[in-house]
Formats: sequence, structure tokens, C-alpha cells
Amino acid sequence: MTTGVLALQGAFVLHIQALARLGEEVVEVRTLEELAAVDRLIIPGGESSVMAMMAERSGLMGQLRERISSGMPTLGTCAGAILLATEVLDGRAGQTSLGVLDISVRRNAFGRQVDSFSTQLELSVESLAPGSDPKARAPHSESITAVFIRAPAIVSTGDTVDVLARFEDEPVFVRQGSVIATTFHPELSDDDTVHQLFLDL
Amino acid sequence: MAPASNESSTGTQLVKRGFADMFRGGVIMDVVTPEQARIAEEAGACAVMALERVPADIRADGGVSRMSDPEMIQGIQEAVTIPVMAKARIGHFVEAQILQALKVDFIDESEVLTPADETHHIDKWKFSIPFVCGATNLGEAIRRISEGACLIRSKGEAGTGNIVEAVRHLRSITGDIRKLTQADSAELFDWAKKLQAPLPLVAEIAETGELPVPLFCAGGIATPADAALAMQLGAQAVFVGSGIFKSADPAPRAKAIVEATTHYMDADILAKVSRGLGAPMTGIGMDDLDLKLADRGW
Repeated sequence: MTTGVLALQGAFVLHIQALARLGEEVVEVRTLEELAAVDRLIIPGGESSVMAMMAERSGLMGQLRERISSGMPTLGTCAGAILLATEVLDGRAGQTSLGVLDISVRRNAFGRQVDSFSTQLELSVESLAPGSDPKARAPHSESITAVFIRAPAIVSTGDTVDVLARFEDEPVFVRQGSVIATTFHPELSDDDTVHQLFLDL
Repeated sequence: MAPASNESSTGTQLVKRGFADMFRGGVIMDVVTPEQARIAEEAGACAVMALERVPADIRADGGVSRMSDPEMIQGIQEAVTIPVMAKARIGHFVEAQILQALKVDFIDESEVLTPADETHHIDKWKFSIPFVCGATNLGEAIRRISEGACLIRSKGEAGTGNIVEAVRHLRSITGDIRKLTQADSAELFDWAKKLQAPLPLVAEIAETGELPVPLFCAGGIATPADAALAMQLGAQAVFVGSGIFKSADPAPRAKAIVEATTHYMDADILAKVSRGLGAPMTGIGMDDLDLKLADRGW
């Protein structure tokens, strides 16, 4: 399995470092050729409007949509979750998204940087990790540090979307098939739980 | 059950430095009007820097240069959805307090404005908004980090359209970091003395081989090739000031600089995006400078 991180803009380097801690080698993806060479993908945090624009200019949108829809394991964090969503509220005029994860997101829902925060989240991991050891597969929850930076909110989820974690009753970590997405930044904490879940998809 | 919101923390180093990481691989553009801010956002800027005059005009006009009018900053905040940064004078902590009250996303304690304090920089630990500061060398970078800066940029020489100073500063910072990683424990004391920087941070950088905060390039970027040069020299993102809105045709140039910053290692793409952009800003040679902004800051 070759793991790629979309490197058009944003904190892609931190995802590469997190995966390196888990012993995973990662390639940066900026072109169609690089995308074709990976088996799973992380779409990092950063500026969602810039990433969408650069994906369009690099001709990546169509191929990303096709690969992810046809089952390529994918993790989107913050801006990455916005890029995956079927609906983006409060986007830049004309902002596009991949529409491969049945959620509606509102950009900058928590306000500006002064309102950015970190908190502890209870993460339900029962529906993940089918291939790993039975203990990890059994329903249980883990506490993780979650950093929310000018974060989006998931304002609605489709019927086939599972909510894996909530903050103040609102979904912040969701899964639909082989796609998982967080509105927080697992790459900013030393806790690699979310990255491990991604590798187990 | 989700934890209560009172367990959340805002304004921590984790949250502030983490925000700086989000600009990596992007372009932050100087804008002086809401209209320019919209052009920047359309072109793919990952943030805009709201200021009253771009450095080239500050240089031409002379006089004292200060924090922008809050009304102008708010106009820009309303015009775009991307983060908005603004500049405070070196040492002018009240301008910074005002910018924090305006909820700008990042404060640049900038040598481009006229310094308000000839000895002290702002104590940036006191703010919940993150700060970026300029540096010409590693010692200056570490002093700013010790004061609480969450992002370091090269100073370059703002408003000149000349990349030579930014290259000097980036090479000085990354070169000294490389040397530092080779130093033994006894030599680190001497390094701290020579850099005029606190030993714990010097030791940390010697250990990790990088600054504890991101390093961006600013000062003199005028072309897509300039942006890619900065990135290849180790900058993780770029600030473009006068280079865009002092050029003949700002929108396509802004767009090309964004693409060059993403694809900085791909010479074919760089060749493609560099074509037919019209005249860049004229630029100034270092020998013709009356005022060197990079000398401001201590």
C-alpha cells in the first residue's frame, strides 16, 4: 500500500510526520501521475478554497472524485473534510468540492482564529479497524486531544454516514464507507489514534 | 459524552503554532483595499495582509508608517472568507491590542512600519492572537520565538522587488541551523552567546534541526520564480507584498505565484506559469536604497 498526502497547500508535512511515526512511508501528491501511484490518501488542513482551486487548476478534481468514490481509503482533516463534502456553506464565491462524503459543512463556523481551541474528545472506535486484533475491534472509546482551528462545522449528515465523535453534541469525526473526516487536526497533536484508524480502513 | 466547553483552551501555543502550519505551501498577499483582497482570494491566496500602503509606497512616501485604520481592516475582513492578517509597529503593544480586539487572525510585528520602541519587541505571550515576526538571521529568529512569535519570516527588503536580501536571510537561518545540528554540547553554549539567544531554544533547534515554528519567506518576491526559489531554499510559504499590486497586471501574476509556490520543484510547470505575465514591479537595487527596513528590529 502506498500512502499519499495531497500537497497542494496546507499542513501536509505534519501528516507525513504522523504517518512516519507509525512506520508508514508517504508520497506527496500534486499531479495526476502522483495520484495514480497511491492506494490511499490524506487531504490535509489548510485553506479549503485554495486547495479546491489548485486541484482544479492541476486537473485533479475529476480523478480525485473517481478514485475516492470507487473506494480508495481517504482521510480528510478540517479543510480536507470541506473538500470531501457534498455541500459547502459560507464558501468563497464559486468554491467547489469533491462531493464524495454525504455531509453539509459550514466554513469557519466557530469564528476567527481568536476562537480556535483544543479540547479532549471521546472517540468511538467500534465500527473501525476490521482487520486488526479483536481487542481493537471491540466497541470501546478513546480520549484524544483535538485541535480546532478556524474549524468548519458539520451541520448535517446523510443516512449512511456514521458519527465517530461529537463535540457539544455536534459531529466532528464521521465515516462513510472508506472515507473518514475530522473537523479538527489530528496531525497537530502527538496522538496518532486517528492516523492509525485511517491505516486500518 | 462530549466534554463541557469549559475544558477547551484557546490562545495556547498548540492552537497558535498550529494555525501557522495551515499556511504552509501557500501565498499570503498584501492588500490595501477590499477590492484587492477579493482579487487575492480569487487568485488563491491562503491569507491576506491588510495594510494602508504597500511597502513600495511606504518607501516612496516616507514619513511615519503606522497600524492601518480599523475601518479599512474590517472592510477587508468582510470582503473575504480567508484569514486576514494586519501589521503592528515593532514594540507597539497597544496597536497589537487593538488588532486583537478587531479579531484579525494573525499580527505581523513588522519592520515595514516605523518602530515604536528602539529596544523592546512586543511581549507576544500576552496575546491570544498569534504573531509573525521578521528575522535576518537565526539569533533574531530565536529571540522573536522566545518573545512568543509563532511564525518567523525572512525580512528580505520589503518594497524593492529584489529577492537578494530574502535569499541572504533564508540562507543565513537555514545554514546556521545545519551547523548547529553538528555542534557538541559544549559548543552549544558558545552558539547561544554568539546568537544572543536563549540556550534552551538553541539546544532544541540543535536537536530537531528546525525552528520550533514554521519559517516563511518575505521581502522582495516579484515573480513566480522568486517564490519557487524561496521554497527550494527551505521556506514553507511566502508573503508577497508590493510584487503583485505594483505589477502591470496583478490578477494573473498573483495566480501564477500561487501555482509556483505549490509546484515549486516542477520546472515545467514553473515555465508554463511564468509566461506572458506582463511587466513585474520595476524594483530597486540594494546600492540605490536610502532606507534599509531590515535593519529595524533588535
